[in-house]
Amino acid sequence: MKKTIIYPLLLILSAAAAEVIALAVPDSPKHQAAAHPYFAWLLPAIVIVYFAVAIIGYFRHRNSAAPREGTFYRAPFVAGVILFLNVLNILTAKTAVLPTLYFPTLDRVFGTLFEDHQLILKCVGYSSGILLAGVVGGLVIGFLMGVGVGFSKHISYWINPLVRILGPIPSTAWIPIVLIAFPTARSASAFIIGLSVWFPTVVLTSSGISNVKNSYFEVASTLGSNTFQRIVKVGIPAAMPSIFLGLFNGICSSFVALMTAEMIGAKYGMGWYVNWQKEMMAYANVYAGLIVIAVLFFLVITILFKIRDRVLAWQKGVIKW
Amino acid sequence: MVGEIVFENVKKSFIRVDGERVDALNGVDLTIEQGDMVCLIGPSGCGKSTMLRLLAGLDKPTEGTVYIDGEKITKPNYDRGLVFQEHNLFPWLNIYENVAFGLKTRHIFKEKKETVDEYIELVGLKGFEKSFPHQLSGGMCQRASLARALIGHPKALLLDEPLGALDAFTRMNMQDELLRIKHEKNMTMVMVTHDVDEAVYLSDKIVVMSPRPAKIEKVLTVTLSQPRDRNNPEFIRLRSEILKILDFAGKEHEIEYNI
Repeated sequence: MKKTIIYPLLLILSAAAAEVIALAVPDSPKHQAAAHPYFAWLLPAIVIVYFAVAIIGYFRHRNSAAPREGTFYRAPFVAGVILFLNVLNILTAKTAVLPTLYFPTLDRVFGTLFEDHQLILKCVGYSSGILLAGVVGGLVIGFLMGVGVGFSKHISYWINPLVRILGPIPSTAWIPIVLIAFPTARSASAFIIGLSVWFPTVVLTSSGISNVKNSYFEVASTLGSNTFQRIVKVGIPAAMPSIFLGLFNGICSSFVALMTAEMIGAKYGMGWYVNWQKEMMAYANVYAGLIVIAVLFFLVITILFKIRDRVLAWQKGVIKW
Repeated sequence: MVGEIVFENVKKSFIRVDGERVDALNGVDLTIEQGDMVCLIGPSGCGKSTMLRLLAGLDKPTEGTVYIDGEKITKPNYDRGLVFQEHNLFPWLNIYENVAFGLKTRHIFKEKKETVDEYIELVGLKGFEKSFPHQLSGGMCQRASLARALIGHPKALLLDEPLGALDAFTRMNMQDELLRIKHEKNMTMVMVTHDVDEAVYLSDKIVVMSPRPAKIEKVLTVTLSQPRDRNNPEFIRLRSEILKILDFAGKEHEIEYNI
């Protein structure tokens, strides 16, 4: 009962303190002024969105018997984030304690997100396209190769050395060759991303399959299954946890590959945006770009975890990662 | 009625990792009649599990042949259902899907859909269809794997210490369950066990085996009527006879360890 009062109160106090300082204390003249007090606008928005989500969550789960966190479980965390932003605001806009060139005001960072949104959205679209093409390509090839290596001695004989020699090379090391070999920077970047996804996927798929208990295959064969059915209905589902681990590793390294690839020779994309703004010494734009990248990658990982939770629902209570 | 099994001078040897040849079975001749419950009993290393694997078609004999209904066994198939000591249910499928697995791989699931429920009921798991194996106890999982093996109407059910991992109470319960299923479905059952009591309680015939060289020591016919009383004098006599044979077979190779 107490938590339902103290937690939201904490959040409101933290937001109110930040709001008062943002509006009442004048900005240091050392900083370039922003067009609008974006930070002061953002604070009430955060509070409203948080309470909306918490209250909707309360009504949605009101009748569920499953144990869950309290309605305002996340309130202290959000309050902490706001406190951090408040301190940052004081150190930059209000007092200019931090070097003004590298630490622009929060108003300007959030302002960039708003004012430059057309270019940022274009870059997000460009990056997502390359990421999707590279990840899907690397994934499909990695998965098929992994299944082949896991099941067939002949495929393993020819493919395994290739994987062991080419796999550990950081995919970005291929950039000099790939830039000549591919017609466009886009296709070159997609290839590099594909390569970085391919390696962990192929390794963890094949090792997942070779670690499947042999008795599963024996049981399946006494139930009248053929080789193809044993691969598709026993080997692959049994190796799924390991395959997802490979996918997760692959997607994480694809982010590195994407950023690096775009910093070289690309005309658009979030990696290009951040690099270009850095060269222009526009650090407000650099931070805005980093925020967008963080959100984008967070979404990708969240989608992956949602798919994993659905595919591996049978694992609940067995293994977690 | 079907399910007659014949072992004809069957030998099986393995090459160990260190390159040495090991005889797992040394010339076995055995006929198992249709509808019989036969237990293979003996100390570890006597080749009883090997016999079952040959029967399932998971291994091939080095010499000799194994027949079922006059047909040579060369590969595993659904006419010989197999249950291991571990239930080996597929953890990514629920109980219903596990039991239905054999029907689905043979593409006869649609026609025989109702048999899934029938077999789940037969092993007493009604109401647990949607559960995953890790949510059930060991005994319940073993029942499910029994249903999974039975659903293809096998000519013979092969049981490799299926009750070995269960606690004493569940074990006795499952023994009666096996007898009930055997009676209901009238099929040949071959079971590997370590437990003399279990063998006498269940079997029509008991095959006592000895290790090094792995061979059949004696085949005993149990004439006691079902259900059996574990305190019946004949029951006790059979049990001590088997123990005597096993003890004798054991002593013979004990010398090996004493050197």
